[in-house]
Amino acid sequence: MTDKLTPTQIAWRAAQDIADGAYVNLGIGFPEMVARFQPPGREAIFHTENGILGFGEAPPAGQEDWDLINAGKKAVTLKPGTAFFHHADSFAMVRGGHLDVAILGAYEVAENGDLANWSTGPKGVPAVGGAMDLVHGAKRVAVITEHVTKDGKPKLVKACSLPLTGVACVTRVYTSLAVIDIEGGRFLLREKLPSLTVAALQALTGSELHLTGPVADLIVPEL
Amino acid sequence: MDKTLPSLAAAVAGIEDGMTVMIGGFGGSGAPIELIHALIDRFIATGHPKDLTVVNNNAGNGHVGLAALIEQGMVRRLICSFPRSADPVVFTERYLAGQIELELVPQGTLAERIRAGGAGIPAFYTPTSFGTDLAAGKPVEVFEGRPYVRERWLKADYALVKAHLGDRLGNLTYRMAARNFNPLMCMAARVTIAQVSRIVEPGGIDPESVITPGIFVQGVVAVPDPAQEEDLNRAKAVYPKVQA
Repeated sequence: MTDKLTPTQIAWRAAQDIADGAYVNLGIGFPEMVARFQPPGREAIFHTENGILGFGEAPPAGQEDWDLINAGKKAVTLKPGTAFFHHADSFAMVRGGHLDVAILGAYEVAENGDLANWSTGPKGVPAVGGAMDLVHGAKRVAVITEHVTKDGKPKLVKACSLPLTGVACVTRVYTSLAVIDIEGGRFLLREKLPSLTVAALQALTGSELHLTGPVADLIVPEL
Repeated sequence: MDKTLPSLAAAVAGIEDGMTVMIGGFGGSGAPIELIHALIDRFIATGHPKDLTVVNNNAGNGHVGLAALIEQGMVRRLICSFPRSADPVVFTERYLAGQIELELVPQGTLAERIRAGGAGIPAFYTPTSFGTDLAAGKPVEVFEGRPYVRERWLKADYALVKAHLGDRLGNLTYRMAARNFNPLMCMAARVTIAQVSRIVEPGGIDPESVITPGIFVQGVVAVPDPAQEEDLNRAKAVYPKVQA
């Protein structure tokens, strides 16, 4: 079994690319962890669909205020400068191009930037939330994900097999093995774990990885 | 002018079979639990209202509030963005058994459709959902080189919302992120009923701080210390309480 990054480490790597002053939306679940790893000296403002800009981390157990939650329905806290607003204003921020970055989870990402992350098919209950708005609103849409599924199948594919969330919307993917940009309908390999050869990474990827320059080592601290 | 109502029962008395009812809240925050439970009480006593179309972001959690309304079989159709929760069993079972219809709408589109309904805008174009299953059958138009999907307004017979302060003129404030869909739904319904934690005299809300102006509100009912869905679910509450 190849070494791979933990979800926490993937979140850390994604956090390193968030600039000072950026307005950022983090998808519910795993992407929420990105907020814990803001590099020192940089201040990002986090947006949540349900109407808060600039919220703080989770309160201690027992001190939750259930009128102060994030899109994942988890309790958050106030910070100096927090702003509240209604849902139409919240999605004006999203669709209107005011968010700098959205970081979302994925079932599949295609080499043209198509994203599938809301439905696993006709069985079960479909749920979309704000994902379809975010992918066409934020200036930069990044994905954090395991490189392959639990069954070992590639999540980076030539074309998505699951229902799409958005068309040609993802520009960077942070996986448990690599950092890959999407440009011109191609996967461009930027960083990979040093223990992994390009050939081994290619074998775990559902479409061709292109090398347009040197590939950096993906080095993440133990977290 | 006095829009205050004497009781929760009086507040929900006008809701009839087959109506479309917008219910505010995002998960439990801003959800008018007491108004929903008053509607359930009326259904248990009279068999009405039923066959409701409900508009909410979610589909309820546990066995209180919206989930309890669905559990009673009062809801024929749900328009929402995210019918999942920590305990979605009530909706999930009915949906998979074909007992409740679902119209799934992206969250921002849902908010804007409601806003448009309240603002007199019958349709608008959004980039959201282009090229996905949720845009199937909807007109697409290209503006400045980019495709947009046409979406229709959403209006309701009633809106049930939760606010913080209210006055007899219907002016409302909200508490933190409990605002969410509530101000939009106030605009989009023929009759909006707001449960408020406290009724104040006109002037008791600074005019600079009014979030929903009273023109959008037809009824205000006081519910001091309103329940939070999350607290009820942690206590494993079921509404109505089963008689031993």
